[in-house]
Amino acid sequence: MDRSQLKFAKTDEWLALEGDVATVGITDVAVEALTDLVYLALPTVGKQYKAGTPFGEVESVKAASDLYAPVTGEVIAVNEDLPNNLDWLSADAFGKGWIVKFKVAPGTTLDHLMDAKGYAAYWDTRAH
Amino acid sequence: MRNQQATQLLFELSKPGRRAARYPMADVPDRPLTDLIPEAQLATALPPLPEVTEPDVIRHFVNLSTLNMSVDTHFYPLGSCTMKYNPKRHERLASLPGLVDLHPYQTPAASQGMLQFLYEMQQMLAEIAGLPGVSMQPAAGAQGELTALLVAAQYFRDRGEHRTKVIFPNSAHGTNPASAAIAGFECVQLNQSEGGYVSLPELQSQLNDQTAVFMITNPSTLGLFERRIQTIAKMVHDVGGLVYIDGANMNAILGITRPGDFGGDMMHYNVHKTFTGPHGAGGPGSGPIAVRDFLADYLPGPIVTKEQQPDGTVVYGLKTPSKTIGRMRTFFGNVGILLRGYCYLKTLGAEGVKAVSDNAVLNANYLLQKLKHVLPVPQGERCMHEFVASAQKLKTEKGISAMDIAKRLLDYGFHAPTVYFPLVVPEALMMEPTETESKETLDAFAAAIEQIITEDPERLHQAPFTGPASRPDDLKAGRNPVLKWVAKA
Repeated sequence: MDRSQLKFAKTDEWLALEGDVATVGITDVAVEALTDLVYLALPTVGKQYKAGTPFGEVESVKAASDLYAPVTGEVIAVNEDLPNNLDWLSADAFGKGWIVKFKVAPGTTLDHLMDAKGYAAYWDTRAH
Repeated sequence: MRNQQATQLLFELSKPGRRAARYPMADVPDRPLTDLIPEAQLATALPPLPEVTEPDVIRHFVNLSTLNMSVDTHFYPLGSCTMKYNPKRHERLASLPGLVDLHPYQTPAASQGMLQFLYEMQQMLAEIAGLPGVSMQPAAGAQGELTALLVAAQYFRDRGEHRTKVIFPNSAHGTNPASAAIAGFECVQLNQSEGGYVSLPELQSQLNDQTAVFMITNPSTLGLFERRIQTIAKMVHDVGGLVYIDGANMNAILGITRPGDFGGDMMHYNVHKTFTGPHGAGGPGSGPIAVRDFLADYLPGPIVTKEQQPDGTVVYGLKTPSKTIGRMRTFFGNVGILLRGYCYLKTLGAEGVKAVSDNAVLNANYLLQKLKHVLPVPQGERCMHEFVASAQKLKTEKGISAMDIAKRLLDYGFHAPTVYFPLVVPEALMMEPTETESKETLDAFAAAIEQIITEDPERLHQAPFTGPASRPDDLKAGRNPVLKWVAKA
């Protein structure tokens, strides 16, 4: 996926919007910072989430982190094979490592999210 | 010489017919089992239990215990855990027959000695906290957090206030948000920090009439005392919220300052850490809470009371607070640990308790100064009872990670520091030497680290070499945990 077309949340999720469907994953740098992943909890299809609320969980040998919905919407698909192929997240975070697809709520804007350049700058400001 | 038998399971040592004890024939008439227990409830086969002799069992467990590192055998700078030496005299008090053989259902009149211990412990905990209401029920720190948050929830309910949010900084122990969630609150994490301290603008932006509790560990997990804690407490109080002090790091401030004096409304102790109890590997812990006067009526009961009779005699009794949230645990919690803490506090006295913190802080700063040139400490030159060093530079330059250093330290005869916590410091090594270590021990530990980082990184990735187990595969264990051992048929 072309990174310049993506939007990014401060909580390290990426989002690609096509029509009213948002594909969401976690960024490559965030996956690298988490180190070796051991577990991923996916949400249930049909569940509604408000922007900024946790929809899933990812666990590494070091820590567990929540995944936050970057937009308000309903889960219409999950990457079912991903929990058993966690290497996809480190190998192809923006492609095969997609996590969930949301049908975004009407009137959703992406103004609160960053573009690739903004996210890269924001990442650099944090202690890693 | 190591006994290889130690690593075998009791099931593997089992031989049919072996046993530890043989019982005499019953001197009452036999009855068929089905007369006593309904047949449907009876198992069809005997459970698969190991058949071993008493020496088999004793050797198994004693040999296993010698494979372990403990504070009685090694320096144990496991940050955040306060692994201080536990004086053995505490065991003598806690195992006095008059205390051990006491049944909790004996009447207060028949338990005056125990009640006096518990009453005096309550009073000492209230004094050290600067908060008058104490419940000693919680079984450990995390249950103390939960208890205090349930007290807060009931307090707000009573006042007709609908407050739903608990705020905490990103350096908090994971138990803080977990306790808040179980108590029914929404968690709000503060993600910014100013050199390891709470960002006041960020806190202000999250405070409103929904704020129930602000939870803060002070000193923090970074070993920093939140200098603006009184300002922070005022900000929280101004919107009607309560301040919770996670007392995990009380070892740094005993007798120097008190949570009640710097704005805390509630706190918990970890008696097993701060006031010594042999802890680790499952406890038991003890997590009393202390609260302000206006919250005391909500505490779990019973609370121990002391009354002077007209004839001058003192009688200890039990009272359940009038608006109690109910019990959190049976009776008085983990009384055995409370007794050890009592013995510790009485042995040290007020001046001795302050000296604990003085020396804990001195030891940590000494170690920090010895190590900062090889392991930088991002949060600065001074610390409280512990500090968090970072192996980030070593990782980038030589590929040596915090985990490599931790594992290799075992070969040098030191327990590892806490690694990869708190998450805000990359390649974190969190070191808490405690006050019970000598300068010689700290020097030897620092020298070991200086030596380790000159070793071949490839070799370090394989460490440890001298332990009973080599480097476990964390990743495989995490992805495919085998949590059940099944006897071979």
